[in-house]
Amino acid sequence: MSKSTAPIGSELAVRDYSLTGDSTRQAIENGLSAAEWYHSEVPRKKLKSLMKRRDAPAIRDTVIWIALHFVFAAGGLYFWGSWLCVPFWFAYGVVYGSACDSRWHECGHGTAFRTRWMNDVVYHIASFQIMRNPVNWRWSHARHHTDTLIVGRDPEIAWMHPISLVLKALAFVGIVETWTSLKVLMRNAMGNLSQEERDYIPESQWPKAVFWAWVHIAVYAAVLVVSLVLFVSGAGWKSLIPILLIGGPRVYGCWHFVMTGLLQHGGLAENVLDHRLNSRTLYMNPISRWIYWNMNYHIEHHMFPMVPYYALPELHELIKDDLPPPNTSIWDGYKEMMGSVMKQRVDPNHAMRKTLPRTARPYLEHLHRAVPERNTGLEISDRGGT
Amino acid sequence: MPWVDACAVDDVDEEDVVRWDHGERTYAIYRSLNNEFYCTDGLCTHEQVHLSGGLVMDYEIECPKHNGLFDYRSGKALRAPVCEDLRTYETKVENGRVMVLV
Repeated sequence: MSKSTAPIGSELAVRDYSLTGDSTRQAIENGLSAAEWYHSEVPRKKLKSLMKRRDAPAIRDTVIWIALHFVFAAGGLYFWGSWLCVPFWFAYGVVYGSACDSRWHECGHGTAFRTRWMNDVVYHIASFQIMRNPVNWRWSHARHHTDTLIVGRDPEIAWMHPISLVLKALAFVGIVETWTSLKVLMRNAMGNLSQEERDYIPESQWPKAVFWAWVHIAVYAAVLVVSLVLFVSGAGWKSLIPILLIGGPRVYGCWHFVMTGLLQHGGLAENVLDHRLNSRTLYMNPISRWIYWNMNYHIEHHMFPMVPYYALPELHELIKDDLPPPNTSIWDGYKEMMGSVMKQRVDPNHAMRKTLPRTARPYLEHLHRAVPERNTGLEISDRGGT
Repeated sequence: MPWVDACAVDDVDEEDVVRWDHGERTYAIYRSLNNEFYCTDGLCTHEQVHLSGGLVMDYEIECPKHNGLFDYRSGKALRAPVCEDLRTYETKVENGRVMVLV
């Protein structure tokens, strides 16, 4: 079903994942940045219907999402002091600390709701839950879509070489990431943006980044104060409740979003311009799909980021004959990904490459082997427009 | 600046956009739900992606690559990652043809 080769574009002697180093310069010089990408053919009328926005599906899912926060938190509080509270906190952690990732993502794209302010409100709530500065991450994700897995350009590469399996395992309990996120928010709140943040965030947006970092830090500080006051008042273990409710789920409830997120591009090729080579589509159980808002259709999402999450299954049916066969489950995806990752730990140039169905157009190797210069104006359309 | 024949009215569906190339430049021509026609520069001000692949909703055009949003009547940038406004051009309809002042 699959074989391993090293796409020419990924054969780097040394990988520098910073956004201001040698790999950045090489990516730009080689035409890998802001390049033309392959996409499957979808008739314009059909694509329009798939892109069409509705409020109803996301309102339904958001009402359920918010309601689950209250139900599970209420169960956790009601059974406090007994082991029966554990499954409630476990479930609360997932709807807070994992479902927020997909809400952050989809509302950041502006595709979840038709009504713009609804996207913005959920985006900010979810950004807070996942401890991401909503300004920084909006721009980093735009770059991720422009330059997906292009070394030196994409700030959101999850599997950077050399791969540390210990750090990846720790990510499932979120301690390192939470601490890192809080440090970034603190730094931003003090008006300090890193060189990389200054690279992908326009200067006009820097004050907004500082403002939102302040908001996040202020809320977390208030939660900490309440917790300390409870502790000093003799509340004992109950003084942890504010942290279990706000902030804590980023640690104890993030495992699901880490599990699904690592599958998006893990073990696949860097520095290619065909999402079929660097992204993974897989099938998964309906609960995970609801938490993940259908981002398991990840090739489809990268090819057509304007298609809302609720239309991705239909898009998948439409273009699946042009895509590599999807993995059949999360377990199947992990088997495939980890097999490739273990090889990448020895040879970072290794990348797994699935065999396309006969109905598919071949991988467009020439796109990353010899990328034509990208200029404004007519030359772009001559190569296929968008 | 002359009026230039850009396309037939029927070349653009209601609430949709098409690409129009003229001279050294490329443009986007929009048709609203009220059968009004508008024209802007064709490339998104964020990263040079052609807007003709985007989604028209009411009087807004969403860029197909990063979902940046413009009001295509004024060219005003409405949502990140677009910050810079689009240039707009006057249009008129004559004998079933969309004319653009460029």
